[in-house]
Amino acid sequence: MTIVNSTALPPFQRVFDEHAQAVLTFLVGAVGASEAEDCFQETMVSALRAYPRLGDASNLRAWLFTIARRKAIDAHRGRARRPTPVSDPDPGSAFDSHPDIDEGLWDHVRSLPSKQRKAVVLRFAGDRSYPEIAAAMSTTQDSARQSVHQGLKKLRRELR
Amino acid sequence: MTVDQALSERFLERAEARGLVDVAVATMDSPIGSLLLMATPKGLVRIAFESENRDEVFGEVAERLSPRILDAPRRLDPVRRELDKYFGGKLRDFDVPIDWSLAGTFARRVLRRTARIPYGSVASYGEVAVGVGTPRGYRAVGNALGSNPIPVVVPCHRVVRTGGAIGGYGGGLPRKRWLLDLEAG
Repeated sequence: MTIVNSTALPPFQRVFDEHAQAVLTFLVGAVGASEAEDCFQETMVSALRAYPRLGDASNLRAWLFTIARRKAIDAHRGRARRPTPVSDPDPGSAFDSHPDIDEGLWDHVRSLPSKQRKAVVLRFAGDRSYPEIAAAMSTTQDSARQSVHQGLKKLRRELR
Repeated sequence: MTVDQALSERFLERAEARGLVDVAVATMDSPIGSLLLMATPKGLVRIAFESENRDEVFGEVAERLSPRILDAPRRLDPVRRELDKYFGGKLRDFDVPIDWSLAGTFARRVLRRTARIPYGSVASYGEVAVGVGTPRGYRAVGNALGSNPIPVVVPCHRVVRTGGAIGGYGGGLPRKRWLLDLEAG
């Protein structure tokens, strides 16, 4: 007798087809258009690697966004120093921790102090360069950089 | 909605480079309908007719082999080339490597024996049963053939009833008849 697992995982191709666009859109917002593809590819490869160990297929999108968020944060860190290899996410706990990160991250961004919020949104949602951000905020480039930096630091603390 | 083709292809390249494509998938058109082809790094593991339920086919492969299943048509190019030639009457023996993982021990013996029936000839269920050393097990042989994971390439269509009746076929009798007619020339 064959035992049929009722929560059998769909082929990874289907997961990719259904959620890739949403993950990419999130990453363009989170790290900017130029770095989004790298983060996207890393997210999907990590997900593929961990996929057979994922016990629960009921919220695959949330699981993918959890991985994407980590890759986005790694990318921010990577700007300051060389990226360190990140181990594969543990599918179980990753799944539980941030079920609605796509909404959640921007909620956190919205609650940043105004200068930081503007700078972070211009930088990552708008993909603006620092001279452009400085111009948009009528401030210096150093100050724009500083605001983005502080905003990200705060986000990282809150999202940990 | 999915992302653009180039992005998907770069993802597939990375996945392949890291050895993460456990099951490669392709589809092809054929005179007996569209065929779903799957291969592992070991070889061709599954061919499904369009009459089979895709969810069940994928579900079984995901569970018994791996859910790391990706569309990777290039990996099945050799299989497609051989099948095209076969359907065109220009190939008699398949040469692609086979992965028997989806067949149980007994079924594997039956299918290997079946693979030795020459192009254009047939054998009876009883003859195959004798061939695998279970002369009275023709019914079990029938079951094993019915669950052949790699029809056409593993030619279970060449097994018929004693006396000339065509017998059964997992893909439906019209397909079996078409294949036997093709091979009769």
